[in-house]
Amino acid sequence: MDAFTTHTGTAAPLRRSNVDTDQIIPAEYLKRITRTGFEDGLFVAWRTNEPDFVLNKPEYADASILVAGPDFGTGSSREHANWALLDGGYKVVISARFADIFRNNSTKSGLLTVVLPAADVEALQDACETDPTLAVTVDLVAREVRWADRVSGFEIDDYTRWRLLEGLDDIGLTERHLGDIDAFEAARPAWKPRTLA
Amino acid sequence: MGQTLAQKVYEQHVVRRTEGEPDLLYIDLHLVHEVTSPQAFDGLRAAGRTVRRPDLTMSTEDHNVPTTNLLAPIADPVSRAQVEALRTNTAEFGIRQAPMGTRDQGIVHVIGPQLGLTQPGMTIVCGDSHTSTHGAFGALAFGIGTSEVEHVLATQTLTQRPAKQMSVRVDGELPLGVSAKDVILAVIAEIGTGGGQGHVIEYRGSAIEALSMESRMTICNMSIEAGARAGLIAPDETTFAYLQGRDHAPSGEDWDAAVAAWRELRTDDDAVFDREVVIDAASLTPYVTWGTNPGQGLPIGAAVPDPASFADESDRAAAESALAYMGLTAGTPLREISVDTVFLGSCTNGRIEDLRVAAELLRGNHVAADTRMLVVPGSVFVKQQAEEEGLDAVFTAAGAEWRGAGCSMCLGMNPDQLAPGERSASTSNRNFQGRQGKGGRTHLVSPAVAAATAITGRLTAPADLQTAGA
Ligand code: SF4
Repeated sequence: MDAFTTHTGTAAPLRRSNVDTDQIIPAEYLKRITRTGFEDGLFVAWRTNEPDFVLNKPEYADASILVAGPDFGTGSSREHANWALLDGGYKVVISARFADIFRNNSTKSGLLTVVLPAADVEALQDACETDPTLAVTVDLVAREVRWADRVSGFEIDDYTRWRLLEGLDDIGLTERHLGDIDAFEAARPAWKPRTLA
Repeated sequence: MGQTLAQKVYEQHVVRRTEGEPDLLYIDLHLVHEVTSPQAFDGLRAAGRTVRRPDLTMSTEDHNVPTTNLLAPIADPVSRAQVEALRTNTAEFGIRQAPMGTRDQGIVHVIGPQLGLTQPGMTIVCGDSHTSTHGAFGALAFGIGTSEVEHVLATQTLTQRPAKQMSVRVDGELPLGVSAKDVILAVIAEIGTGGGQGHVIEYRGSAIEALSMESRMTICNMSIEAGARAGLIAPDETTFAYLQGRDHAPSGEDWDAAVAAWRELRTDDDAVFDREVVIDAASLTPYVTWGTNPGQGLPIGAAVPDPASFADESDRAAAESALAYMGLTAGTPLREISVDTVFLGSCTNGRIEDLRVAAELLRGNHVAADTRMLVVPGSVFVKQQAEEEGLDAVFTAAGAEWRGAGCSMCLGMNPDQLAPGERSASTSNRNFQGRQGKGGRTHLVSPAVAAATAITGRLTAPADLQTAGA
C-alpha cells in the first residue's frame, strides 16, 4: 500500500446518495483475478447510459477527489470498488457518510475516505461545480480539507492515520503478535468446529 | 454495566488489546468463495505466506456458477477461470473446497449452517457482506474485503474496534402470510439503509423468538441492507435443535459442554444499547420495494410514492431517480405492477423452508402466461431435500424452472439475468440498479409474495389469492 500524507488535485461532484458498490463496479467486472485494471468498470452503467453524467464531462476527466452524497459505498463487500476508484485515478472520496465495509476496505487499499459535515460536502460540491479547476487539498497530517479560503477538519483515529501515513501492511503488523495468537489458540475449547477431519 | 450478546462474543475473541490500537480479534470460521479470494491468495504467494488454519477455513463455488448444464464446463471463460483459480488455490493451500454439483456446494451462507459449521458464540467472516446471515445462531458474523480475507488466511485474526449496539425488538404475533422477509424489509424501510451504520443489530422480542432458524437467517442476512455489518439473535432451544446431529455439530460430552456455554450467550438485563427500535409484529403486512435501494419499500397495499412527499432533499432526489429507473408512476397501486420474472432463491430466501412456502402456494396453480419463474435452491443439499419432498415436481408442474444451486439471478454474474427493462419480483436482497442484469428492475419480496406474484403476473400478497378464489 502506498503511503498517504497530503494530496492536492481537482474534485468532481457526485450529487447522488446511496451510491452502492454495484454502481461503482458491477458484478460482471468482478470475474477477474487480478488486482488492477478495474477502471473500465468504474460507474460504467451511468457513464454509458447517461450522456450528462458528471464524470463524463471533460472538465472532470483529471479529477482525483470524488465528492459524493451521503451513504457512499453501500452494498457488497467487494474491495474491487475501492480498486476501481484507485485505478480510475481517485485518491480520495469525500462524503457525509460511508458504508462501514467500504470505509474499512479503503483503509486497507490506500484510498482515503474523508467524512465531512453534510453542509461542507455541499459547499465543496458547489465550489468544484463553479470552478472545475479549483485546487483542493486533503491533508492527512493536519486532518483537514482545504479549498479556496475554506478549511474543513475531519476525524480519523490515530492508529489508522499512522498506518496510512506510513503505508504499512496490516498483516506484517499482526505478525508481530504471533505469540498472542498462539496463546489464544491454546485456550480455545476443543469442541469448536473444524472443517477438516 | 451488563453486556450485550454481541459484546460478549466479541470479548471472548479478543487476542490482544492495547491502548491506542484496534483490538486483534480471533476468527473461528472463515468462509471463502471464488470472487473475493483470488487476489488474497496471490498476496499470500507474493509474500511467501501460508494459510494459518486451513482447518477453520471452508470454500465453495457460488457466485459464478451456472444453474443449468451442471456437468458441462462453465461456458463463460472468465467465470470458468475464476472458479478454476479457486480450485487451484484451495488445493495449493490445503483448504476444503466444495465443487459445483457436490452435496456441500452452494451459497456460502447456506452451506455453513447446513453443515453445522455455524454455531453460537463464534466469530465468522467471509469476503461477502451477507455473512451477517450466520448471526441467526448467535454468532458474530460479518463481511470483509479482499485485503482482510488475506489477513485472516495468514493470521486467523482481524483488527477490529468494538461496534455500537442496536436493539431491534419485534413483539407480538406476525399475521398469517407475513414472513421474516417482510419483517426485515419493514425494519429497513423504518431505519433506512444507513440506519444501522457502525452498529451491530440484535433482533429480539417474542416475534423473533417464535421464528425458525431459516427465518432468523433471512432477518440477519439483510442487516447489511440496514447499514449494519452484523446482526444476531440469541441462541435458544430452536437453535440447538437445528444444530444437533449436523456434520460438524459437537456430539456426546462435547455437545453438553457446548450447549452449556451457548446458554450463557444472552444480553444482560442491564446492558445498554446505543439505539433501540421497536416494531409491533401484528401491524405488519407483506412488504415490497418500489425503488432502487432496499429502504425504498412499502406495504403491498400502498401505492408508488410521490417523490414530492419526501421531506428530505436527498430522499426526494433518490425517489425521483428510482421511479425513472424503475419505469413507475407515482400513485400506481403496487398491486398493479406486472412482472416478467419471478426469482426464488439467494442466501436470503433459498433455503428449504422458503421453497416449501412457495411450493404450497403454487401447488395446483400455474405461473401466469407472460411470466417466467426461476427456482434456484441455495445449495445442492437443499435441492436434494426439496426433490425428496417432491417440491421440484410442484414447481415444474406449475410451469416454473427448477435449477441447480448458486447465487444465480441474485446478482446475475452467471447467465441468469434480467434483460434491459425487464421487471422482477425477487426474493433476494438487493434492488440496486442493474443488480440482476443491465437495465433490470427489481422488486424485493418474500417467498410467499413471489409465488403469489408468479401466479397472477402482478405483485400479489398470498392472501389476495384466497379472496380471488384462485
Ligand atoms: S445469494 Fe446474492 S447476496 Fe447472497 S452471497 Fe450470493 S450474490 Fe451475495
